[in-house]
Amino acid sequence: MREAEDRLSGQFARALAGDAAAYREFLAGLGALLRGFLRRRMERLPDDIEDLVQETLLAVHNQRHTYDPGQPLTAWVHAIARYKLVDFLRRRGSRQALDQPLDDEEEWLHAPESEAMGTKRDLAALLARLPDRQRLPIVHMKLEGLSAAETARRTGMSESAVKVGVHRGLKALAALIREET
Amino acid sequence: MKTDELIAMLATGAGAVDAGAARRRFTLALALGGTCALVLMAVLMGVRADLARLALEPMFWTKLAYCAALAGAALALAVRMARPGARASGAASMLAAPLLVMWLLAVVALGGAAGSEREALVFGTTWRACAFSIAFLSLPLFGGLLWAMQGLAPTRPALAGAAAGVLSGAAAALIYSLHCPELGAPFLGIWYPLGMLIPAAAGALAGPRLLRW
Repeated sequence: MREAEDRLSGQFARALAGDAAAYREFLAGLGALLRGFLRRRMERLPDDIEDLVQETLLAVHNQRHTYDPGQPLTAWVHAIARYKLVDFLRRRGSRQALDQPLDDEEEWLHAPESEAMGTKRDLAALLARLPDRQRLPIVHMKLEGLSAAETARRTGMSESAVKVGVHRGLKALAALIREET
Repeated sequence: MKTDELIAMLATGAGAVDAGAARRRFTLALALGGTCALVLMAVLMGVRADLARLALEPMFWTKLAYCAALAGAALALAVRMARPGARASGAASMLAAPLLVMWLLAVVALGGAAGSEREALVFGTTWRACAFSIAFLSLPLFGGLLWAMQGLAPTRPALAGAAAGVLSGAAAALIYSLHCPELGAPFLGIWYPLGMLIPAAAGALAGPRLLRW
């Protein structure tokens, strides 16, 4: 467990400094741990687990600027995962939302589950609903892997507008997920 | 979209992250909100004409230090409430310290006063206006701080909203001190915190609606 946390912390530190490969490894490792954690917490809603894994990963991405490097990663991830789980259960009107235990911050580190399950929600379909000024930067930069400069040339937007579009678009995607469920 | 695809999408082109984002948002909210509150106070209420004389009174500086200590503790609390998993209990007890000191001073002042003077120490001449004036001046700060919180990730939105409210109230009280004629510790121990509680309650109500992410 210690080991898992140290590995994730190291990857996340490099990711925050701009290392995309480390970030990808971090998200993959985190996704497996979140899946294991949510599988234990959502025994009655097995079909929703993968959707919530995705929603939580998106939240971690959107909020990664709120991580304080002086703070344990465990507590930060746990607070986000728990917040998203409770929010999801509440949206569903589930009484489970009221009795989610708080205490063990390391609980999510226990048993990773790397086998992804099926999703009910299609993020690609939600992405398609975003306005062009957000959708196009995401499609070009995040899905096709173009640079901000190239994306700016193709879309006729400024480079800073492209970056803002990606940032706001991913936040808007999280908001769409909340509305949908 | 499969989870692997989502991960690839999130990681692709994800640049370095600016670690100072939280600090910058709070600084901007306090600077702009504070300037607005200062202008509102100067134009609608007026800075005290006898400020130079007041500056000779130790209690005037005690009042400023009291408001500043409350604002400092509330800022520490609000910043922690905006970050997932940050410990907030230490900051919450820092908030109690200036209150306890002022209440102690109030007990001493009331104990040393004749019965007829006590009412004046508690109510001063402006008790009716005090709490509402502080709540009014807190409005631009309150709006700014909620904006700052919206860009961060409070996992306890009601508490986060309340912390933003206390901070806006304490900063507004500091500004209101330049208008307020009162120097009695009982007055400052009652009506000032009451003024801060109004935006705090508003924040607790608004938080769950405005601070979702």
